[in-house]
Amino acid sequence: MAIVDLMPFSVLAPLIASGVVALLPGRFWPWAITLLAAIVATVIAALTLPAALESTLSYPFGNWPPPIGIEYRVDAANAFVALLVAGMAALSLPWAKVSIDREVPERQGAFYALFLLALAGLLGITLTGDAFNVFVFLEISSLATYALIAHGRDRRALLASFRYLIMGTIGATFLLIGIALLYMMTGTLNMADLAVRLPEVQHTRTVDAALAFIVVGMGLKLAMLPLHLWLPNAYAYAPNFVTIFLAGTATKVALYVMVRFIFTVFGGEYSFTVLPLAIVLMALGVAGMFAGSWVAMFQDHLKRMLAYSSVAQVGYMVLGVSLFSAAGLTAAFLHMFNHALIKVALFMAVGTIMYRIGSIKLQDIRGLGRQMPWTLTAFALAGLSIIGVPTTAGFISKWYLILAAAEAGHWWLVGLIVITSMMAVYYIWRVIEAAWMQERPAGSPAVREAPLALLAPTWLMVALNFYFGIDTRLTVGASTAAAEALLGVGGLMP
Amino acid sequence: MTVLGFFNYWVVIILMMIGLYCVIARGNMIKKIIGLNLFQTSVFILFISAGKVVGGSTPILREGVEVYSNPLPHVLILTAIVVGVAITAVGLALAVRIQEAYGTIEDDHLGDDGEDDGPFEEEQRG
Repeated sequence: MAIVDLMPFSVLAPLIASGVVALLPGRFWPWAITLLAAIVATVIAALTLPAALESTLSYPFGNWPPPIGIEYRVDAANAFVALLVAGMAALSLPWAKVSIDREVPERQGAFYALFLLALAGLLGITLTGDAFNVFVFLEISSLATYALIAHGRDRRALLASFRYLIMGTIGATFLLIGIALLYMMTGTLNMADLAVRLPEVQHTRTVDAALAFIVVGMGLKLAMLPLHLWLPNAYAYAPNFVTIFLAGTATKVALYVMVRFIFTVFGGEYSFTVLPLAIVLMALGVAGMFAGSWVAMFQDHLKRMLAYSSVAQVGYMVLGVSLFSAAGLTAAFLHMFNHALIKVALFMAVGTIMYRIGSIKLQDIRGLGRQMPWTLTAFALAGLSIIGVPTTAGFISKWYLILAAAEAGHWWLVGLIVITSMMAVYYIWRVIEAAWMQERPAGSPAVREAPLALLAPTWLMVALNFYFGIDTRLTVGASTAAAEALLGVGGLMP
Repeated sequence: MTVLGFFNYWVVIILMMIGLYCVIARGNMIKKIIGLNLFQTSVFILFISAGKVVGGSTPILREGVEVYSNPLPHVLILTAIVVGVAITAVGLALAVRIQEAYGTIEDDHLGDDGEDDGPFEEEQRG
């Protein structure tokens, strides 16, 4: 079977499995089937990537040739993001077992079915070559995500989920308006076809408005400042496993959709002249970097702190996009991948702490370093990566971002990136200081080290952070190819 | 002519603004969901009205009809309506759970919770 025929199954495997998992009773089989589906999706995505690096793959559904039929159109950019999404699901699921048994004790079949739907939706968004299909998959993954967040044990999870539902729906509907306007002007929904037909009707008010709606709509899903308000609470109160998965995938996929529309469908040249994207995205990116890091410095709730840090990291990615160069886009894709590794590792460590002591407030983890050394060491090492210490993955993406900023002549950006990294030092240091330098409060119960089922996946993620900090062939190679594909060098254009 | 000729867009814009205003200004969660529905419906109308071909008949193949309206937007919006119904269902379900957990669904009465109110609220799962 050729890889092109196999490709759709990375979406179909989780989708089919979700129906099966929903009916399974008990605690073991739903999880096992979910893991199996995620591994299948990852293997297919991993096989797709090398093929997509060579040439653009196209799979027409039901053998209806595009642009009439719907196609999955995969080049370096989607293949890379798809591998990231599927890989993060497969890597975080081993961690999930013990944690979910505690946090969602009943009806796990339904929970894992929702997770698989979210995964299938995210993979569908990345692989599809049809604009309307993006909207449908976006809503599939979003709806599943709202329900997953509401599974949090804290009642504030419900509020967070409701607010995310309101904002997420507005964002997705904005995307739909944009697609509607594009369809009115061109009569097609296929992205490659849109890219061919749009130049004829460019510089009409309708197409300009379509671009604006899509950028704002995806900005909402992406949590780009000032549209990030849903994110901190949603991440903070969702079950830990859901937070881990969302932090690794959801915002990245939204960013992918945004750059896909900006660069492939509308064409970068057009997008950056009609809207002042270079200035707006740069300003919002920098503002996000600062505001996110600043608020993170004063959070006592560790998951909220990491959530605000995510807002800051999204800022780095948006900044990379705003430079409108191959180097900038490479840095954005690189940070997409590396940030997923970092945040998954950090949230796993924090989730492990929560599993043991039931709280992740800063004052409750005082002196915990001696009682849970492995967990806290993992947190510290992953923290080095988010700060951007050399030999970690975080350093690689920041280094490429600095190179891209310098290449564009924006030396002042280099200074800003260094300053926000210093802010990251502060908020990571607060945790380390509390855990290792302070005494355990008198009278608090003794805590054992976390079970191996949580520690092993956490340490695997930490190891990956260092691995991709040293061996950058895969990440830099794929990111460069992705940037070239989006800028039309490698060519999604037929 | 130009104003009336675009009356479908006027309807869309007015509905859209009413819906968005409702989502933003109302504290009651049910009203927020109603606003969200209005907002989505306006987009459906925008999409469907684009499929109308002047002088075109319903898109059913039959004798003596040459010009058809475009059926594709209807099909697409059918999907979008299903999505909208699902969102309404999830939103209402969440509102019910919030009512159970907090005793109110007025957003103004639910403080923006920077503060924790205890490590874990063990609430009943229905």
